[in-house]
Amino acid sequence: MTLLHGRGYASVNYPTGMNLGGDPSQALIHATTTGGFVVTLSSVDLGQGLKTVVAQCAAETLGIPMENVIIDTADTDTGPHCMGTFASRGTHRVGNAVIMAAREAREVMLQVAADELEVDAGDLETDGTGYVHLKGSPDTKIHVQDVAMAAHFDQGKTISGRGIFLKERSYPVPETGEMDPDSCQAHACTVAEVEVDDETGVVTVLTLHNAYEIGRALNPAMVSQQIEGGAWMGVSHAVFESTEPYYPASRAHGPVDFCEYLMPGPAEIPAQTSVILERPAPNGPFGAKGIGEMTANAPIPAIANAIFDACGVRLTTMPFTPESVLRGLDALRAEGQG
Amino acid sequence: MTVKIVNLKVNGVDKALMAKPETTLLLALREHLGLMGAKRGCAQGACGSCTVLLDGDPVVSCLVPAVAVDGAEVGTVEGLADGRTLSDVQRAFVDGFATQCGFCTPGMIMSAEALLERNPDPTDDEINEAISGNVCRCTGYEPIVSAIRDAAATRRASAEARV
Repeated sequence: MTLLHGRGYASVNYPTGMNLGGDPSQALIHATTTGGFVVTLSSVDLGQGLKTVVAQCAAETLGIPMENVIIDTADTDTGPHCMGTFASRGTHRVGNAVIMAAREAREVMLQVAADELEVDAGDLETDGTGYVHLKGSPDTKIHVQDVAMAAHFDQGKTISGRGIFLKERSYPVPETGEMDPDSCQAHACTVAEVEVDDETGVVTVLTLHNAYEIGRALNPAMVSQQIEGGAWMGVSHAVFESTEPYYPASRAHGPVDFCEYLMPGPAEIPAQTSVILERPAPNGPFGAKGIGEMTANAPIPAIANAIFDACGVRLTTMPFTPESVLRGLDALRAEGQG
Repeated sequence: MTVKIVNLKVNGVDKALMAKPETTLLLALREHLGLMGAKRGCAQGACGSCTVLLDGDPVVSCLVPAVAVDGAEVGTVEGLADGRTLSDVQRAFVDGFATQCGFCTPGMIMSAEALLERNPDPTDDEINEAISGNVCRCTGYEPIVSAIRDAAATRRASAEARV
């Protein structure tokens, strides 16, 4: 028995969003009487953190604390339209729509504040702690809660804003096939180190080193989570998960529960390092691109390449099972190369 | 079908409920007592998202008939925080970004609580083993293992401070 070590890498260019028949998302913002700003969306947070990121976008644009922002994704029947949370589009599309809505709401907020302070709205600024104040005169100020109260009960105004981001449908140029199907592309590279047991065929992923260029990282901690959680899923696809060969022909014979459907547990995860590179995208919200689906992609071919480097077996079908490794080794030996 | 009255001490409070033979502890907690922390994931005992403490031991509550544990003490994630002050394990999960979608989190936290109760200074292998019955699909586990390690250190430090 020999433990064979190998290293492989893979790179990925990943589109943010889709072409579809046009790819829009909308956002509506309104202030409550007490200075909370409700961002109404039909975009769904599946756990990837969309609510946090769009709350950051709203707070940054409005110039108020995150705590004053309420994200409402309660009902896709009655909310403003969103194509959905998929295609790594959420941060880019929804973020842009929220920024547009927040700019409009901010203008009204500043006008209401200007009328209360009896100054020109153009001379006002926000300090991010909840106050609107006169530029150069921080004592001439009013809290957003008082601005909201004044709008509702004295001035009869709604502090609100509408936002939509539309990626228009792009048709290919017939002669060349040239088109613009996505808004921007994120890039990544993963280097994988593996150990292959040439007697059992078991592949162990030892380390993953990831570098991601994703425009601006609006929330670096969540970006790191996304990279590492996605890499786990990539490892899982590469060497664990499968419903084959039973699915879809004979579902009853395939894995029917989590005891049989193999996934790496906490003891099987590789050591990871991740680096985030920021090159802001001109059309992204504060320069952000999408980082969602791509995180599961690069680890898989990187692991395949590492297996090839370790033992010479070129695998092209996932998962890279012990059986497929051993069959590959047998084939190499039959050719006199093993 | 005989309906029985089952008495439980849930998070330190005496509770009684009417349970059918097929009423699981998970169902009793969620639908009879309104404690929604424990999650119904696979309902086969394989995912761990329904983990609660039964007389101090972690169990998958989807496989425990309520009538079989009459008189038992049950601990759920709702019982950990003291008002708005999170427990050390909960605080470590928040500070260490050890959650994403959050569906596995209550089960993970209860498995971690059980571990730290019996082993205040676990090795990474012991942490891995303690949460090996809890499936997470988002985090890649590493932040969870780190959070439990951090919580253990916090708990040891506060125990030393009390001495």
